[in-house]
Amino acid sequence: MKVTIQTKNNIVYITIQGSIDSNTAGELQSHILEKLGSFNRVIMDLTAVDFLSSAGLRVLLMLYRQLSTNGGKVLLVNVSDEICDIMSMTGFINFFELYGSIDEAEKQFI
Amino acid sequence: MTTLDNRIDFYPTNEYQGIKYRRGRVLPFGATLVPNGVNFSVFSSAATSCTLVLFNKNEEDPYAEIPLPDEFRVGNVYAIIVFGLDYENIEYGYRMEGPHDPQNGHRFNRDIVLSDPYAKAIGGRDTWRDISGLNRNYPFRSRLVFDDFDWEEDNPLETPMEDLIIYEIHVRGFTSHPSSGVRHRGTFAAIREKIPYLLELGINCVELMPIYEFDEFEHSHENPDTGDLLVNYWGYSTLNFFAPKAGYAATGKYGMAVDELKTLIKELHRNGIEVILDVVFNHTAEGDHRGPTISFRGIDNKTYYMLTPDGYYFNFSGTGNTLNCNHPVVRNMVLDCLRYWTSEYHIDGFRFDLASILGRAQDGSPLNNPPLLESLAHDPILAKCKLIAEAWDAGGLYQVGVFPAYGRWAEWNGKYRDTVRKFLKGEHNTVGQLSQCMQGSPEMYLHRGTTAGINFITCHDGFTLYDLFAYNEKHNEANGENNQDGCNDNFSWNCGWEGETDDLAVNLLRHRQIKNALTILMLSQGVPMILMGDEMGRTQYGNNNTYCHDSSLNWLDWSLVQKNFDLLSFARHIINFRRQHPILRNKEHYSNRDYKESGYADITFHGTKAWHADWSESTTVFAFMLDGHHAKNGFVKDDTIYVAANMHWDALDFELPQLSENRKWHLSVNTSMMPPETFYPLNSEPALENQSGFIVGGRSVIVLIGK
Repeated sequence: MKVTIQTKNNIVYITIQGSIDSNTAGELQSHILEKLGSFNRVIMDLTAVDFLSSAGLRVLLMLYRQLSTNGGKVLLVNVSDEICDIMSMTGFINFFELYGSIDEAEKQFI
Repeated sequence: MTTLDNRIDFYPTNEYQGIKYRRGRVLPFGATLVPNGVNFSVFSSAATSCTLVLFNKNEEDPYAEIPLPDEFRVGNVYAIIVFGLDYENIEYGYRMEGPHDPQNGHRFNRDIVLSDPYAKAIGGRDTWRDISGLNRNYPFRSRLVFDDFDWEEDNPLETPMEDLIIYEIHVRGFTSHPSSGVRHRGTFAAIREKIPYLLELGINCVELMPIYEFDEFEHSHENPDTGDLLVNYWGYSTLNFFAPKAGYAATGKYGMAVDELKTLIKELHRNGIEVILDVVFNHTAEGDHRGPTISFRGIDNKTYYMLTPDGYYFNFSGTGNTLNCNHPVVRNMVLDCLRYWTSEYHIDGFRFDLASILGRAQDGSPLNNPPLLESLAHDPILAKCKLIAEAWDAGGLYQVGVFPAYGRWAEWNGKYRDTVRKFLKGEHNTVGQLSQCMQGSPEMYLHRGTTAGINFITCHDGFTLYDLFAYNEKHNEANGENNQDGCNDNFSWNCGWEGETDDLAVNLLRHRQIKNALTILMLSQGVPMILMGDEMGRTQYGNNNTYCHDSSLNWLDWSLVQKNFDLLSFARHIINFRRQHPILRNKEHYSNRDYKESGYADITFHGTKAWHADWSESTTVFAFMLDGHHAKNGFVKDDTIYVAANMHWDALDFELPQLSENRKWHLSVNTSMMPPETFYPLNSEPALENQSGFIVGGRSVIVLIGK
């Protein structure tokens, strides 16, 4: 897994490559929390994520919970059909807004 | 570093083959995620040592075996915290050392890696009927699960018992048929897709046939005639009481069955539908002394099973062994398990398979005051749960009407089933019994109220409702036991032809009988239960014991929605009728008195002559009237309802009781009529032209409302 986190116009952009599972979830979580600071608007680009395990989905949900307590939200971009299906069957999808591109997601924050 | 990270027990004290660990906590039993590691705790009364065995998923051999130092044992409980585990990708088990002395009840064997009786998930059958796991050395390995599901505002619904309408579902059977049109057939996720159907049907509770992990390949064999593989389809053979059946989850192969099941329950609750689990605590999948050793037998045989004096297995379940339910340790396990499902999965109630076994002592004798049943009834966490007993066992105990209830327990009312079936086929000498059934069986449950009885005419075990009127005899040849298995007392009637026929008159009569049956069920006091598919005429072609068929014999064919739409629309109407009329859902029994001074007693009985019920032996007609002033035991006002059932072959003229207060009789249901005149939607029921009499067709039921 590879993560890049950038901040622009008060939006935190997280781009992930690879799989998020119990091996990488802990690292991802601490990495995000470290960079998140007081920002509460997150766009997470999952274009290059091929698998999200149960632990991976929990990192996303943790982020959602963290942000929703201070009025923010996390938008997911380019979630693959398979991951979308898994998120739907396991209920995680109800917590997120999904968008087809970063541009589309950015519009939600304007 | 937060203060929590400072606890010294978050860090290891020992190391063995590169794995770091320390002394664990004895409670809770099972494997629990703790900071930096996993706490493992297991009980055995007679083991002399315990080794924790760790596997990587998908690897045949363990990657580590950690013998627990004796100082990690407290009493008879072994506990260890292991650090740095990849909790999504490990599997675990135990080797227990101890005497192999069957005569004295001990069957330890350190060659076998045993699954944890408290495991929250079991690997090995992640995808239904996937044969890749069949030849593994240790097929059923324990796994770790997350217990942090986000339920948001969800809680068990606590629907009053008298308002429940239960729908019995087999998870695979409900959506496995190609006609189901769902994305992932035969799964928890697929049931979610069918919620709109359930809502339209009108039920408010689903009872799921066993969803604890079981092995569908147990005793599997080919049918010699057809070559079909016969499997353990029903699943009444538990491998582990805390683990959901992974193969029932579309995400089972990703290890997410727990989340998928919880999501289903949350979604059902959001739609006002409760979830009852059919639970099997009377035996396990380990069989008798010839069966496999998977868990309990190797962990602590003498504690978990009822043993004969010479160390063999009592067989009150008919499956080889009997769980030792009233042993204090096993009792606690059952309690822990139900508390877990109630609190972690938000389950609304439990139906206990062969529950009479739960009332037997360790030597098998029936107890007067069974501690397990009493504990469950008074448990603080289970306090609002529905507890439903199948009040008999395979050892000859039959407790319908006398099951130790402690003011809580309800029972599957087997007498209701038999009586209604006999009445519907026109047997004599049934009307007296039928009147009891329609009142919620006060002859059995006088002091327990109407909700002590779950009324049903069919369930998974036996004929479907359609087959009840299409077969005189069972046809179980496909089970491969020469038609010797399955019940012989079906009280069924084929309406003139055995099996499928093109004869229009026979088919019309069958449909009418199904409508008669559904009407009687929905207009009885007590808690009605419908078998999945009966509302659309599902057939098992006369097979009354389909436990082994993973095929279209058991899968609900959704094309029946169109084919038998008259049945489905009728079922929707009569279920909705029950929900709209509180008089049908009294919690206390009728008193046969007019305590509201309305001019009518709460219930009155009639025959072809009003006010004159015919209780003679040869009668096949029965009519009764419920006075609307006495709805919900007099606290609510409803319409008055009159029901006449004529199981004589020919039409009969029924004199109607006269209504007071300028009210008129209106027609809701007449099963002798063809659609669209079989029933009238709520609030558009036509007033009868003749208010003093009604000709009820042969083998038909009418429902009138007085308003």
